[in-house]
Amino acid sequence: MFEYIVSKFNYWIYIFLMMLGLYAMIGKRNFVKKLIGMNIFQVSIILFYISVAAKIGATIPILTAEDVHGVANPINYMNPLPHVLMLTAIVVGIATTGVALAIIIMVYNRYKTLNEDEILEILRKSGV
Amino acid sequence: MTYEHFAILAIIAPLMTSFLVLLLGWFRKGLCYPLTLAALFVSLISSIGILDTVMAKGTIHYHVGAWAPPWGIEIVVDYLNGFMVVMLTFIAFVVAIYSKKSLEQEIPDKIVPYYSVFLLFVAGLIGITVTGDLFNVFVFLEIASLSGYALIAVGEDGAPLAAFRYVIMGTIGACFYYLGVGYLYSVTGSLNMADLSQILPNLYHNKTVLVAFALFTVGIALKMGVFPLHAWLPDGYTRAPSTSSAIIAPMATKVMAYLLVRIFFTLFKPYFAIDFIPVTQFLTWIAAAGIIAGSILAIAQTDLKRMLAYSSVANIGYILLGIGLANQMGLIGGLLHIVNHAFMKGTLFLVTGGIVYKMGMRDITQFRGLPKKMPFTMAAFTIAALSMVGVPPTCGFFSKIYLIMGAIDAKQWFFIAVILMSSLLNVVYFFRVVQMAFFKPYEPAYAHDGGDYEKIKMDEMPLSMLIPTLILAAGIILLGVFNGDIVSNAIQHAVPVDFLR
Repeated sequence: MFEYIVSKFNYWIYIFLMMLGLYAMIGKRNFVKKLIGMNIFQVSIILFYISVAAKIGATIPILTAEDVHGVANPINYMNPLPHVLMLTAIVVGIATTGVALAIIIMVYNRYKTLNEDEILEILRKSGV
Repeated sequence: MTYEHFAILAIIAPLMTSFLVLLLGWFRKGLCYPLTLAALFVSLISSIGILDTVMAKGTIHYHVGAWAPPWGIEIVVDYLNGFMVVMLTFIAFVVAIYSKKSLEQEIPDKIVPYYSVFLLFVAGLIGITVTGDLFNVFVFLEIASLSGYALIAVGEDGAPLAAFRYVIMGTIGACFYYLGVGYLYSVTGSLNMADLSQILPNLYHNKTVLVAFALFTVGIALKMGVFPLHAWLPDGYTRAPSTSSAIIAPMATKVMAYLLVRIFFTLFKPYFAIDFIPVTQFLTWIAAAGIIAGSILAIAQTDLKRMLAYSSVANIGYILLGIGLANQMGLIGGLLHIVNHAFMKGTLFLVTGGIVYKMGMRDITQFRGLPKKMPFTMAAFTIAALSMVGVPPTCGFFSKIYLIMGAIDAKQWFFIAVILMSSLLNVVYFFRVVQMAFFKPYEPAYAHDGGDYEKIKMDEMPLSMLIPTLILAAGIILLGVFNGDIVSNAIQHAVPVDFLR
């Protein structure tokens, strides 16, 4: 059992980070903390993809001198596709963070606070 | 030029123009509106070209950058997404015509970026619909969602708060989706939908595939606003500017419904979702709960936009019910309701936008005497309301009748009761508005025009807003009258061949 956990430690970390992010999004009352939770959530999935693609003892997917002349053996190379997909996902994550931060600024300008409880209190007082 | 290029043109036109709008809008603000219209017109023409080609020659396969699948990204258009694209581009075009005056009043200093984001949103949705690559779906999904957040956030007071909630919920949904893609990739090594549907049947017992399926279902249900996961939807629709509500409500959740159909019945073989893990059965119950809860919550609202938002939750229930019944009639009903509801909600939100434009309010209790002031607008509202209730010959009747036939085929009598019951609830909340507006004008207290009904003059919204509204309202009746042709020529072929009767 212990072996099983240790040998797949990167997947355990991914699940731990994901739950951490989910908790921050649900449990934290501050919008910036929620946003950080969202980032952790996204990064954990990136870790998952990279774990799928990684191989022990393999190298980057560029043909070596021997391989050019002989037949390239795919076992010697990591899978580049998930890495490339994650470049896209990182860009998407940054864009999401940017949009969310812009929205947070708008929220702050309106309510002068980023605490959800205080904002709800303001809304309740104004009768909305 | 071959017809296949239409498939990519429908995405490229709005995508590229969205950057052009931002660039040219810097110098000439007036150019944004015609450019947006031109791009969406090109998109509309090419999507009609796509559907025409699909009907004449069968499924279109377009290889982006000439990279052959399963390595390259492939655009696949068949009957299922062919009619979806036409619907999307048509509604986007109509709403774009409408947008000018409304935006000039609501957000006068943000028009240039608004149109840019608007086009990005449409491009993203068309992209989700036509692509045949799972990861590409995610990319377009994020394009559409990010621009959707922005479209909501520019709205009235409280819009940023609603948009932030939508960001959090939407991101969780999208992340679940692409985690699911990752799980599928790790067992199959492919991202192409057609390729995956060949590989997957041998792996249906694999736990990773089951987890991927669960992640897809939850992720898409979140973005689609299925009943218990709909928390972002009412606030978002209510606070957004009129044009944004009119474009997001008919399109965003419907595209997600399409994606759910695609994953349930094309990516996986239909028997997987129906018999192997009976998730469709579970979804029917969720849908039934959503239909009833959405309708009851809608009755409780006095804000017209909020009422329409809750009505959307109920109508997503109908679509989900059609998917969940998972027989021929049920799925036809669900797919037909995607189109019908897009037209109905489009009309209703355009009408609301017009009322907000003219009156600056949308509280139902202040609607007295409104038909005398805005007769055409209220006529469009009444047509859409009748269609929501399901009165023939409006289109809402036909999708409901197909859903009921599907429920009869599945021998699920309870859902027939749910559909009939919710139609009655629709009567309550729509005819409440109609009654307030048409039949109570002579009561002394109304909030506008000083209280004298005789003095109310006709004062319609501008023609550029009125005509699109009336086009969509006419579309509701035309869809109803010609629903037989639509079903037999397009939607019937979209139902999987090996489907239960």
